[in-house]
Amino acid sequence: MASNRLPLAPAVGAALLVAVPLILPDWMKFLVTLAMAKFMAVLAVALFLRANQVTFGHAMFYAVGAYTVGFGVKWFGLRDMVLLVPLGALLGAAVAALIGLVMARYREVFFAMLNLAFSMMLYGVLLKLYWLTGGTDGLSAGAPTFLGYAPPREYLRDFLYYATLGVTGIVIYAVYRFLASPLGFYLKAMADNEIRIEYSGESVRHVMYTTYVLSGALAGVGGVLAAFTVGHIVPEYSFWIQSGDFVFVALLGGYGSVVGPLVGSIAFEFIRTYASKYFPNEWQMMLGIIMLAIILFRPGGLWTIYEGLAARFGRRESEAERA
Amino acid sequence: MPEAPILQTVDLTKSFGMVRAADAINVAIGAGELVGIVGANGSGKTTFLNIITGYLRPDRGRVLFLGEDRTGLPPRVVTKLGIARSFQIPQLYTSLTVLESLLLSLAAEAGQGTGFWQPLYRREWTEEGLATLERFGLRSYAHRPVSELPEGGRKLLDIALSFALRPKLLLMDEPTSGVSIEDKFQVMDTLMKIVEETRLTTIFVEHDMEVVQRYGRRVLAFNDGKVIADGTPQAVLADPEVRKAVLGRV
Repeated sequence: MASNRLPLAPAVGAALLVAVPLILPDWMKFLVTLAMAKFMAVLAVALFLRANQVTFGHAMFYAVGAYTVGFGVKWFGLRDMVLLVPLGALLGAAVAALIGLVMARYREVFFAMLNLAFSMMLYGVLLKLYWLTGGTDGLSAGAPTFLGYAPPREYLRDFLYYATLGVTGIVIYAVYRFLASPLGFYLKAMADNEIRIEYSGESVRHVMYTTYVLSGALAGVGGVLAAFTVGHIVPEYSFWIQSGDFVFVALLGGYGSVVGPLVGSIAFEFIRTYASKYFPNEWQMMLGIIMLAIILFRPGGLWTIYEGLAARFGRRESEAERA
Repeated sequence: MPEAPILQTVDLTKSFGMVRAADAINVAIGAGELVGIVGANGSGKTTFLNIITGYLRPDRGRVLFLGEDRTGLPPRVVTKLGIARSFQIPQLYTSLTVLESLLLSLAAEAGQGTGFWQPLYRREWTEEGLATLERFGLRSYAHRPVSELPEGGRKLLDIALSFALRPKLLLMDEPTSGVSIEDKFQVMDTLMKIVEETRLTTIFVEHDMEVVQRYGRRVLAFNDGKVIADGTPQAVLADPEVRKAVLGRV
């Protein structure tokens, strides 16, 4: 009954990601690295979409991660990725733990807009505190080290790529476990019925809060990796358009699974690159058309195309077995 | 009554504007009792449950559970203390499967509802969950989405979710409302068998006299927020005042 061919696809996908630096040109390597970094912030947004909550402010935790690198390099001479990735997660979680005290009380439009409000406050601060943040000039990340080892310049992109891929693997595993846990199921159940959760003796606010802290950590890690990939850290990391992109990508890839946002994130970077290359003035219209098509025809996101195929192949095979 | 009551209400009073939904209700429920509450629409039956579970705060009076004053605690805390309820309109997780919904109750009961690393599907919970579903006659729906359940099944699952919390007191609000006449007694038979087997102290609200007569061992009749009769089904349902209030005729 189980189909053996298509569930191999994730393994093939993983193998492709491992092989990317060997087969693709540098600019594509860069694109995929950035896509994997942003994926973690997209995943943070996708968690809340499962509970039917939209956030237009998660770029703030992405910015927290990025500025962790910026400040680390500028003030503390910290440039080791193995140190900065967990530090970014920790600081993202810490900021989320603070803001989450407020956010866990709100839902829907208020949740969406309050997140936006906090992210824009952070944007304002990053912009104004020139002496600390460099204002619009931003900060530079420089070349990272890996456990003290500084890779030669020509291999730096590959090191960065594989480090990001490794972190991506850890994040996928961790979020997968989270979603399979009681709290992960309560998160989904929240969208159906908060009353029943309270009448089971569990606190919906606690579910929201825990998820919020996790989402802060995820976006924080994404920010650290993006900062090293791009090399330059500016207040735009916290800008509301960046938050909007995360929501866009979550819908594009599909938030019903952990891999959907990764597929969406990679697709998004390529769509944006090609669209702005071939339609330099209308590329945003392209994104609009694609979003429209997704919502009309594939409301579950790109990932459901694969799921649909897997189901169909599975059926065909089981029919073949029976015949 | 040999032991101290599990639940006792003292002088419970609650008004909504000019309407007295609860008017000085004094009731004591002993361990292992099976109590049916009858009354016409708007007689204050559901308000009574809502006050006990902390959904509503009374204007006056107290709720004692296991001898302790628990008035005004929120539903979440009241549930943790051991009072579980089901709803007139089933409160379900429509996007989860039937089994997953039940597993969430078992996780909550085990104090692991906020765990975010160990999986929800654990062997011991799955086994217990399937056994509970078997008991409620829902085993064949275990892996189907809740949204596919027929109405009778929805009512049963709503009660099963509360039952799985292993409460000391189970409150059921109109377990047969919305269930077809043919299925009504089957649903009640299923429920009462479970209640008998587990000796679970149970209060059920019902506007159908026939159901109360058949299944209640003690019946409380409500009218205008007051308890107008309390006793065996035969005695209460023979009371002319009750017949007038509930049936509209003597």
